[in-house]
Amino acid sequence: MLSFTIRVDGFIAIGIVFNPTFNIATIKQVINEAVERVRMPTPMRLRDLIRQIRAARTAAEERSVVNRECAYIRSTFRDEDSVWRCRNIAKLLYIHMLGYPAHFGQLECLKLIASPRFTDKRIGYLGAMLLLDERQDVHLLITNCLKNDLNSPTQFIVGLALCTLGAIASPEMSRDLASEVERLLKSPNAYIRKKAALCAFRIILKVPELMEIFLPATRSLLSEKNHGILITGVTLITEMCEHSVDTLQHFRRIVPNLVRILKNLILAGYSPEHDVCGVSDPFLQVKILKLLRILGKNDTDASDAMNDILAQVATNTESNKNVGYTILYETVLSIMDIKSESGLRVLAVNILGRFLLNNDKNIRYVALNTLLKTVHIDTTAVQRHRSTILDCLEDMDVSIRKRALELSFALINSHNIRNVMIKLLKFLEKADPEFKASCSSNIVLAAEKFAQNVKWHLDMLLKVLIAAGNYVRDDVVSSTIQLISESVTEQSYIVYELWNALQKDTADRQPLTQVATWVIGEFGDHLLSNTETPLRVMEEDILEVYQKLLWSPQNTIVTKQYTINSLMKLSSRFTSRINNIREIMQIFASHIHMEIQQRSSEYSQLFLKYDNLRPSLLERMPPLELTHNQQNRVSEIINGEQTPSPLSGDELPISETENIQDSNALLVLLGGDNYEQDIVTIAPKQTQSASTNQDLLDLLDLYYMFAGFPDLVNNISNNHISEMIAYDKNGLKIIFSLKPFPGAPNTTSINIEAKNNTHLPMSEFLFQVAVPKTFQLIMLPPSGTVITPSSFIMQELRVTNSAKSALRMRIRLSYNHGGLPVQDLTEINDFPSDCT
Amino acid sequence: MMQFMLLFSRQGKLRLQKWYVAHPDKIKKKITRDLITTILARKPKMCSFLEWKDLKIVYKRYASLYFCCAIEQTDNELLTLEIIHRYVELLDKYFGSVCELDIIFNFEKAYFILDELLLGGEVQETSKKNVLKAVAAQDLLQEEEAQQGFFEDHGLG
Repeated sequence: MLSFTIRVDGFIAIGIVFNPTFNIATIKQVINEAVERVRMPTPMRLRDLIRQIRAARTAAEERSVVNRECAYIRSTFRDEDSVWRCRNIAKLLYIHMLGYPAHFGQLECLKLIASPRFTDKRIGYLGAMLLLDERQDVHLLITNCLKNDLNSPTQFIVGLALCTLGAIASPEMSRDLASEVERLLKSPNAYIRKKAALCAFRIILKVPELMEIFLPATRSLLSEKNHGILITGVTLITEMCEHSVDTLQHFRRIVPNLVRILKNLILAGYSPEHDVCGVSDPFLQVKILKLLRILGKNDTDASDAMNDILAQVATNTESNKNVGYTILYETVLSIMDIKSESGLRVLAVNILGRFLLNNDKNIRYVALNTLLKTVHIDTTAVQRHRSTILDCLEDMDVSIRKRALELSFALINSHNIRNVMIKLLKFLEKADPEFKASCSSNIVLAAEKFAQNVKWHLDMLLKVLIAAGNYVRDDVVSSTIQLISESVTEQSYIVYELWNALQKDTADRQPLTQVATWVIGEFGDHLLSNTETPLRVMEEDILEVYQKLLWSPQNTIVTKQYTINSLMKLSSRFTSRINNIREIMQIFASHIHMEIQQRSSEYSQLFLKYDNLRPSLLERMPPLELTHNQQNRVSEIINGEQTPSPLSGDELPISETENIQDSNALLVLLGGDNYEQDIVTIAPKQTQSASTNQDLLDLLDLYYMFAGFPDLVNNISNNHISEMIAYDKNGLKIIFSLKPFPGAPNTTSINIEAKNNTHLPMSEFLFQVAVPKTFQLIMLPPSGTVITPSSFIMQELRVTNSAKSALRMRIRLSYNHGGLPVQDLTEINDFPSDCT
Repeated sequence: MMQFMLLFSRQGKLRLQKWYVAHPDKIKKKITRDLITTILARKPKMCSFLEWKDLKIVYKRYASLYFCCAIEQTDNELLTLEIIHRYVELLDKYFGSVCELDIIFNFEKAYFILDELLLGGEVQETSKKNVLKAVAAQDLLQEEEAQQGFFEDHGLG
């Protein structure tokens, strides 16, 4: 042994110990390195940097430490052949984790990977995995490095390369290196083989057509004893089966192998290497159970082959620890998915029932989740656990409540609806806002489906309107009105209930107010005529409540519109206070909101000039018929969408065939859930010539144009309207209603309706359109630039197509959503041919 | 398949991040921030699972560190808890009763251990012994190099 010390400039003392095999070249290298160390000061050590950063008291201080070090690291990167590169990259990776930019280290990582030293490679590959992903363009370089290292004689270098390939696996890289991976998949070395199997899995995930080259080497993976190879092999086969039906068919043959492996696992004695709390290799068991599920699905033979082992796992697994539940959970999923025996299914649901009673929240969550998946297969078995499930609605954990809520809706039937509803309404009252909208709509749907009598159904709707307040969706309002209108016998009951509800503070229950005012407007005479009730309602009482509603700043414009209309209807139900109503109309004729102003002035006119016609115009509406379109709407709303347009193409022809004869029928046509429109029918001039259908329509034409509802009239008069959804993304839905523009042969008028289906307002909404040069485009100003949640704005476009070519359009949207600017660009090519 | 794993402290500081799917840096930061705030806001008695976009989030707290994994809808969330636990056991064995500081000052080691347990978001080795053996063998390779290079300082220091 030779040992000496060199002292250079008195700065650094270097101790060198080396064995006699070293030659002169090595000594030279050592001296060169020493010289370089002198030339450049030693960089800060990783440990010291971390200490310095942790010592920083403020964010600014930390930033300055990091910036100084980053600047230094950058400067060292400029020097080629730095001996400190490895340390600098390690520091950079720490800095990167703190959230600072570190992309400038990417190329340096590649240099480290190319170094022959293992330390360099280890840090280099770590850096590559952290700093680059498949979006980077340095891939070609790294692919070459990987190719070299995949051929290295050192297993750990091959291992590093495989690990990095598995992490990045861009499509190009996958194509370039698939054959290397396939070679390593056949390696005798277990350490390399298992990593190669997972690399193959990632490659297939990215580029499914590369599956073929791995197929031959895959099956033999299952004949290994090594658990690493087994689990990675099963993972690889699972991925292959999910990608192609042929492969799935091919691998059905391995079911007996899988069954044997699983059996060995659960029957073999204690093996310390793979034991987890008394369960033998749960990781492998779960993977096998999952693959069995995929192979047994829709295949009787495969299912038969695995029935026994599933029963064995289900009964033999000890369930007192998380790991036992893990296995049971996976087994239940498999039993439910394959064509299993009925006895086994009962066993599975019972396991879930036991889960539900568990103290551990995680287990309960999993149980609820799985019951939801299995409820359609065996409802009665799940029903047995109903009360436990309903109790979970009161859990303090939102994850559990969410699951329990979904499951409760799935369990409702005509027998249990009363009990379940009590719980659900209780839940609705206290629910977080995020639940209220969907929960109330679901309750309404369930009540509709399973209600035994109308009175109970109406009570439910009323309770939903009270409990969910402003979170009730518009569909609930219209379906409630619909139901009340249909059920003649219950009208006097419900009008009282609603009147009682309306007398309380309803500012946070706008939908309730809307329903109540509609009903009182229509059936207010029930309130006034009933002399028996001790609580007889006086006209003054109603007027007082209505005045409060109309003048309250908390009520929305829509609610006020409902109220104004209702009040007008009441003018023909009242006997003494009609003048008060007239005064209110006159006051509101100067309301700041255009719609309200117009209605009120029209109503005032009605009082003044056509008072003799007023009672017949304000007659009660005939029961609303549920049209096909409305039924559709209900189902659409379940999917979270709403049809914003109150009138659409298919609804009208139905009404039209009714052959409109008098103003009453017209009210039907315009009534229903689009209450706003029936205001227009009571326009003053209309009464002069209400005799014939055609005249009336002409008049309507006039008034609709005036009122800003041009689509309806054109719809009736020429039936050429067509609607299309032009855009539906991020909760913004834009519907185009196209129709020929009257008076100009080649011009199409497009009404744009932009609806906000999110919970946040969209502000600074800007809608821009570009059309090909052969078209001329006129854009009218929009009705607003802010779309509040579940409302919409309208804008009209006119496109003149003199060249008769197909219409194409490019639209650009920009708006602020919850403070974030959103921009989008899209092209529309699927315009109906008749509008061009 | 696991989509990513995050380790963060009770103070919300990120200690380790492993991404098995590609996202731009900006998105990664946003996801990390969102999840850390959501999880830290949850009470200790709540369940370990969260539904987040189309992913399931499984998290568990060990002393001052949160371990958080995102998995796909078809994955077994209870097994993910076992994977987290396995990783903690490995760290514990490797460092000898591990604490947050060990992971801060030796973050690269924590990554090396994770890379021997999982690859591409799937479990590659179910034997603790084998994982630790592989890590130790590679550590040894590094040490040998450090001696050859005559400067212990050449390592990470």
